[in-house]
Amino acid sequence: MLEGVLIPIVSDQDIVAARQSGRAMAAKLGFSATDQICIATAISELSRNIVEYAKEGEIQLAPCRARDNGRAGIQIVARDKGPGIPDISLALKDGYSTSRSLGLGLPGTRRLMDDFEIVSDPGKGTAVTIRKWLR
Amino acid sequence: MEVPILKQGDYLIASIQAALSDADLLRLRDDLAQRVGKYRSKGVIIDVTVLDVMDSFAVRTLRSVGQILKMRGAETVIVGIQPEVAFAMVQLGLSLTDVWTALDLEEALSFLNRLSRADESHA
Repeated sequence: MLEGVLIPIVSDQDIVAARQSGRAMAAKLGFSATDQICIATAISELSRNIVEYAKEGEIQLAPCRARDNGRAGIQIVARDKGPGIPDISLALKDGYSTSRSLGLGLPGTRRLMDDFEIVSDPGKGTAVTIRKWLR
Repeated sequence: MEVPILKQGDYLIASIQAALSDADLLRLRDDLAQRVGKYRSKGVIIDVTVLDVMDSFAVRTLRSVGQILKMRGAETVIVGIQPEVAFAMVQLGLSLTDVWTALDLEEALSFLNRLSRADESHA
């Protein structure tokens, strides 16, 4: 069984490291080339959010298994102790952004993956959990 | 990781060799903006074949490259976007406006040549 990995995110260099480890793990788990790229791109967006809004945080990558049907997959958790997101439904709308970016980060990341969960405590931080299942 | 920029006639060719950080992408943008002036280039080709991720920052930066170079009198052509990368970009909701795209270097060169011939016949 593959071990999970934890990647600290403090600079734009770490974004590259996180998405490369994510792609490598997805390849080992047997994901298709297209799914590997989607997973790497989703990790890139989530780590970018950490650098942009929270300055620092971490990306946790781990193999996972669905409780209901036992399907194997990959789980990525992006965690930070940043300012948090006051209005999550607004942040999940296409085209919305509080920074200079395109405002595609969260809704786009959701489209790239199968599961998407977000927990955010204003003033305390944000945790985004995403999963993709093997087909 | 610095991106080598080669001059070929009226054009510049930037061949990305490895994954780029945000800082690398911004440096490429600034280098290209300088060099189109220095070499009086009419077109710039950016080869992204080796990139396995084009996220919102990469696309935003390439779009700004297209806009800046246009103001400097040059056209920008992005070549080598892999099919899986194109799929992920579409899922993410990204569109690559302000630049041209071509399948590979050869296509990009013949496109830029056609463009400059059309330009001359208008003059």
